Amino acid sequence: MMEIGLNHYLVLSTILFTIGLIGVMRRKNLLLLFFATEILLNSVNIAFAAISHFYGDLTGQMFAFFVIAIAASEVAVGLGLLIVWHKRHSNIDLDALSTMKG
Amino acid sequence: MEKYLYIALFAPLVGSMFAALFGARPKTVIAGLVPSTLLLISLIASSVLLVHIIGGGEVIHVEMMTWMATGDLYIPFGFVVDQISVTMMMVVTIVSTVVHFYAIGYMDHDKGFNRFFAWLSAFVFSMLILVMSDNYAGLFIGWEGVGLCSWGLIGFWYHKESATWAANEAFIMNRIADLGMLIGIFLIYWNTGTLQYEEAFAAMPGLDNATLTWMGIFLFIGAMGKSAQFPLHTWLADAMEGPTPVSALIHAATMVTAGVYLVIRSNELYSLIPNVGLFIASLGAFVAIFAASMALVNRDIKRVIAYSTLSQLGYMFAAAGLGAYWVALFHLMAHAFFKALLFLGAGNVMHAMDSELDPFKMGGLGKVMKTSMIMMTLASIALAGLFPLAGFFSKDVILEAAFAEHHFIIYTVLLLTAGLTAFYSFRIIALIFHGEERYKLFGFHPHEAYKFMLVAMSPLLILAIIAGSFRTTFFSVVEEILSATEYHIHSHVTYWVMTIGTQLFVILAIAYAYKKYMSRDIKVPDGTSKMENSFKYKLLINQYYIPYFYEEYLVKSYRELSTVLWKQVDMKIVDASVDGIAGIIYGTGEKTRNMQSGNLSTMLKWMVAGTVAMLSLAVVFGLAVRYSDEIKTILSGLGV
Amino acid sequence: MFEAIAFYLFSFLTIAMFFITVTTSQALYALTALAAGMIFISAFFFILGAEFLGAIQIVVYSGAVMALYAFGMMFFDTTREVKEKHGNKYIVVGLSTLAALLVVAIFAAPIVSDNITALYPMVEGAGNVQQVGMVLFTKYLVPFEVAAIMLLVAMISGIVLAGKKMDLSLTLYSTAEIKDMKKDQEKKVLS
Repeated sequence: MMEIGLNHYLVLSTILFTIGLIGVMRRKNLLLLFFATEILLNSVNIAFAAISHFYGDLTGQMFAFFVIAIAASEVAVGLGLLIVWHKRHSNIDLDALSTMKG
Repeated sequence: MEKYLYIALFAPLVGSMFAALFGARPKTVIAGLVPSTLLLISLIASSVLLVHIIGGGEVIHVEMMTWMATGDLYIPFGFVVDQISVTMMMVVTIVSTVVHFYAIGYMDHDKGFNRFFAWLSAFVFSMLILVMSDNYAGLFIGWEGVGLCSWGLIGFWYHKESATWAANEAFIMNRIADLGMLIGIFLIYWNTGTLQYEEAFAAMPGLDNATLTWMGIFLFIGAMGKSAQFPLHTWLADAMEGPTPVSALIHAATMVTAGVYLVIRSNELYSLIPNVGLFIASLGAFVAIFAASMALVNRDIKRVIAYSTLSQLGYMFAAAGLGAYWVALFHLMAHAFFKALLFLGAGNVMHAMDSELDPFKMGGLGKVMKTSMIMMTLASIALAGLFPLAGFFSKDVILEAAFAEHHFIIYTVLLLTAGLTAFYSFRIIALIFHGEERYKLFGFHPHEAYKFMLVAMSPLLILAIIAGSFRTTFFSVVEEILSATEYHIHSHVTYWVMTIGTQLFVILAIAYAYKKYMSRDIKVPDGTSKMENSFKYKLLINQYYIPYFYEEYLVKSYRELSTVLWKQVDMKIVDASVDGIAGIIYGTGEKTRNMQSGNLSTMLKWMVAGTVAMLSLAVVFGLAVRYSDEIKTILSGLGV
Repeated sequence: MFEAIAFYLFSFLTIAMFFITVTTSQALYALTALAAGMIFISAFFFILGAEFLGAIQIVVYSGAVMALYAFGMMFFDTTREVKEKHGNKYIVVGLSTLAALLVVAIFAAPIVSDNITALYPMVEGAGNVQQVGMVLFTKYLVPFEVAAIMLLVAMISGIVLAGKKMDLSLTLYSTAEIKDMKKDQEKKVLS
């Protein structure tokens, strides 16, 4: 227990990923859904960094770096779209978002 | 010569199909005339064949086409005209032609006129297939065909609940017996490898006695159903629900004799197993007296005649069982004529009395219906077996045969039955045609039947009178293929005592019947007289309570079983599982419809579910790759 | 030993914060918890010796991304309580548990085997920032440039989507011309 190995980090990453999944499945407000997505991305970053540390390989950190960049731009574009939707419909409830019915 | 065979066989079929064309239309006389004429043509063709056979011509054997040729089994549609079948053909065609012409008049006011002739001719066709076929399979086809047509004809007035019930009873009882017959046919095929009569009989002496006994027993079970032997006899009396021509044709002359025909045709089999023959004879004798006893008190003229048919069938089986096959065939032929005549006469009476069946409500009809009275009286004399009418030559020979073979119990029973037969036949005659005119009390206005109907009946009358003289010709013709034994009673004295004694006994019975029932103070029994309430009377009039027994203990329990199977098994298990499968598919469709609901939250959930599925696949494959060697050893151990 | 304490402490905190984020009904609390979680995750990066990544995490996530979310919250006026209709919670819990178990199982497997070799091995002696620099501008140059373009596009799209009166170009026309065009539009609307 004392010796922190790769497994510990991976288990932590899994737990955080699961929490993120719960959030994605549960949240009906679009803004809060975005929060859960952030959690997912962060948990993956931890996993990458941990593997990179324990194998002495920089690839993991690079990947995490790019993930952060992408997450930031995703937030920008996502919020922009959300604003446009809000202007039209005045609410951001997920259940009302069903024009893609099939 | 073959063309006469085909004409005789297929003319009734053409007639039936012709009449069937008019089935849904109202009555047209042509739908009755054409089948009758075609049947006349069939009769002529049969006569040509008869002349050919009597003149010593050789047996005609045709194979029309192959029915089944699979593996070792070869069954053709084959027909044979030999002495036995030509006799039966004559009987069938003569009686059918007469009945057809009679029915044109009898069914005059009936809505189902056209349908009636379609069924009737179809019946004749099936019966001809039965008697002309040269193998057991063809016989079985005809067997089922007559059963079906009998059902259609008994239940002809299908709006009447009692008629449909009687039709179903007849058919079902026949079906039960057919199971026995089928087993017999299977046994024959299994042991001899063929169903053709000639080849099967040739192979039979080589089989062991037990097999032959079973064959004989099972075939006889089939005959029991068709010829209404005890215990499958209740349908015959109920079959009187059908129109009278039907009773005349089917339940006097043709269908019920199919069982006797079967035994006669299989005589080579039954000669090898005399024990079964003795059983058949004993059963026949029992049925004879059993039916006669029930006819003594019955108040329905058609039923009385039906019981007398049953009784005479017992005589025929007694003869066949004792090995006197030619006697059975001869009695079959003679009986067909006078019984049909009797039925048709009863039809005249019923027609005159508005379908009233109780003879106690008639009486003194002889004044109005002279011709019918003469016909019925002569037919009854023939039935009673008085010299020189037909019955004497056939019935008395049966008695002689029983006596000569030293089966004295059977002889006594048959002798007693002869007396009873005479008594009840003339009871009916006396009640209907003689005595006081009780019908006037009930407001009936009887009249004689149409002239052409009486003319149609006359050939039967003539044959009933003269058929006895055919005996020697018959014997010489038939002895070629039936084991023909002349029955010799050792001393002439015994013979003459027997014959004269029987005749006296019968005449006494007739006289007693006349005396009792011609008197002026016959009243319609209304349930209060001492005799009606006596135990013997009740027993007989309720047919020894056998139908009641069948209904209570067999039919009811079977119906319960059927209801249980229907409600519990069929509806709850079979239906439920089929509906369940449909329900599962439907439900799955409903649930997966949510996948496309457009709701992002649901879609996200499905996404996670899909991810889980993919992950599990990855785990499974990874494990498989990891442990592939162990998996291979396990699978090879299982033999894959 | 310190590492162990730090690891367990921060992991507990992170899990708690993120749990609050997904379950609370108050949007403000969710936002705050998310920001806190981000900081704690950067602590993990520092423990793992990825200092550059940890700094980036704080600056970009807790600084920029959270600020964006805060502006978003102000815009949508979700400072109040969020009312949400919840579906079947057993499906949610079940699915997520299954997913967790499976992922752990998958991760456990190749770790047992030791045949993973490093593609871009760390150089001993150099600090983390230098190493990242060495790899980023040599081996990962193209993805770096592409990421830059992506950020540019995202920025422009954010402005266009969210900005007001973005249908007219302010640089091509002078202010007076814009006023005239506006009046024309209004005239058309009124007539």
